[in-house]
Amino acid sequence: MSAPTPTTAVALGEHATLTSAITTRPDRRGRRPRVIRGSRPGWFVYASLGVVLASALFPFYWSFLIGSGDAATIRDQNLSWIPGGNFLSNAAAVINDPAVNFWRALWNSIFSSALIAASVVFFSTLAGWAFAKLRFRGSKWLLVFVVATMAVPTQLGVVPLYILFSDLGWTGNIGAIIVPALTSAFGVFWMTQYLQQSVPDELIEAARVDGASSFRTFLTVGLPAARPAAAMLGLFTFVSAWNNFFWPFIVLDRNDPTLPVALSLLQSNYFVDYSIVLAGVLLSTIPLLLLFAFAGKQLVSGIMQGAVKG
Amino acid sequence: MPEAPARRSREPRRVGFGHRLSRWDLKLSPYLYISPFFILFLVTGLFPIAYTAVISFMDWDLVRNTGTFIGFDQYAYVLSQPKFWIALRNTFSIFLLSSVPQLLLAIFIAAMLDQNIRAKTFWRMGVLLPYVMAPVAVALIFSNMFGDQYGLVNTFLTGLGLPAVPWHSNAFASHLAIATMVNFRWTGYNTLILLAAMQAIPRDYYEAAAIDGAGRFRQFFSITVPSLRPTLIFVIITSTIGGLQIFDEPRMYDQFGVGGANSQWLTITLYLYDIGWGQWNFGRAAALAWILFLIILAIGVLNLLVTRRLVRDEGSRTDLTPRQRRAAARAARAELATARTATEPATTTTEATR
Repeated sequence: MSAPTPTTAVALGEHATLTSAITTRPDRRGRRPRVIRGSRPGWFVYASLGVVLASALFPFYWSFLIGSGDAATIRDQNLSWIPGGNFLSNAAAVINDPAVNFWRALWNSIFSSALIAASVVFFSTLAGWAFAKLRFRGSKWLLVFVVATMAVPTQLGVVPLYILFSDLGWTGNIGAIIVPALTSAFGVFWMTQYLQQSVPDELIEAARVDGASSFRTFLTVGLPAARPAAAMLGLFTFVSAWNNFFWPFIVLDRNDPTLPVALSLLQSNYFVDYSIVLAGVLLSTIPLLLLFAFAGKQLVSGIMQGAVKG
Repeated sequence: MPEAPARRSREPRRVGFGHRLSRWDLKLSPYLYISPFFILFLVTGLFPIAYTAVISFMDWDLVRNTGTFIGFDQYAYVLSQPKFWIALRNTFSIFLLSSVPQLLLAIFIAAMLDQNIRAKTFWRMGVLLPYVMAPVAVALIFSNMFGDQYGLVNTFLTGLGLPAVPWHSNAFASHLAIATMVNFRWTGYNTLILLAAMQAIPRDYYEAAAIDGAGRFRQFFSITVPSLRPTLIFVIITSTIGGLQIFDEPRMYDQFGVGGANSQWLTITLYLYDIGWGQWNFGRAAALAWILFLIILAIGVLNLLVTRRLVRDEGSRTDLTPRQRRAAARAARAELATARTATEPATTTTEATR
């Protein structure tokens, strides 16, 4: 997908594309030499990136520093930068806090995020397949409509949605945060874009000639081709479902929360012990940090691909 | 031509059940595939939006779960509240303090990452790391660091001999602290989006510019920034929509979650939550939701116009004004269309029947 987009190709014209193919021939290791800015960046680049990385990491370290101390640590004027030994006991205090219901929150977060991610991936691939590869009346306008829905803020529908779910008796139920998130406009758009580029029409024709039904064609041709994009969409959806706060905070019961809602309860006491709050923050972040450690590369390349390129 | 007689001798095809089934399959399945999205959007998206409008004209009774029509009174009430205007000011202040430095920083970091650095993936992952953290978690960490009495930032400032900043009592200081949380989480994400766009810029542009004697800064402002235009518009619009809806960070900035004793960091969404689920007045909350939507819409359009003017399009470096360019394009299209219908009518008809 790093090939020049249509826009750049048009701006360049045929001639320029040809020259770029000649001048930027890949070297022996398959890299494209960068003629001007490529050679070797100086210390300034690494220093700036180092500062950025340090400021990205620092809050994690800070929460561990405070989270491993005790209630007095934060008031210590000569704060030692070496973590204390109380992290496990602070974490245990979070887990055992009856107001927080940690295990329940963890389970709710894992269950709802996984279900939402799986559902969004499946339905987005299905709809993306239809928009990208099947012909039907009104497809263009329906796709425009899908994209337009992305611009509508969540707050606009929150009041009636709450009334709707309380009519159904679903307030306080985890289903109330799962059901509205089962599909996503971004997902449909993303899969449409990807499938359009990655599946040759001949493959679909071949499947049809072999007598495959429309759905079978989707299962045997579309689904396997969509796998890389589906993995990224799944990751993104999982992360944003996991981090979602506004709607779960409104609709969920305090005794049956998701992790962000549970975290918010840690701070609601009149006296706030930050060593316990920040231990809880770190504890609730560990699952996502693990996910990032294993799949961060995918997430990065996903963002890189999803960007609007000039 | 050996095939022609063979074809003629074949029996006429019978349209069997299987064939008809597969034709229906072809016709209907696309609609079936896209229907989950549309059905769910109808129920959990479109219906609530329309119904918000209805509720906003009502005095909603929670017990009977219905309302009486009162026209624009809820809008008038919300607009007459000083708290609403404070919330509006706070929202804009936080939004500007977060999106402007964030985008400038993101462009800078992206330009650094766009160099031929070692361990590319490592740096990219490091930059994105804050993005996976829940905003609530980020808010809790930073509200601790920005503590008035024992916060890290104030300890640092007083260590330098500077006065401590009242991060929670001063409105602007609280906006700065909340904006820092937003910037922490989103800068890396925007960096990667901008980086992707930068990598799509053909390297020969820079080559040519260097031959013409342009320095790095000149190259950056004359090639990189104009080429980023569509991406910048995208990033600005998304951060506007997100920034004007900010809730998690101000909500978690202190333990009371009401936006400060004097509404120093009360935002519109926080106010919406307070009206709806603090005061249980759904009619007013719905009116506020619509006001917020209209504001977002207006700012979005304004953003689009301003960005279009400020950042030049890479393809538009001609003496023609946009209007002249459009007129020329129209004329060319019309000419092409007449030429086509005159010379190859067969092509157009087949296209029409497809």
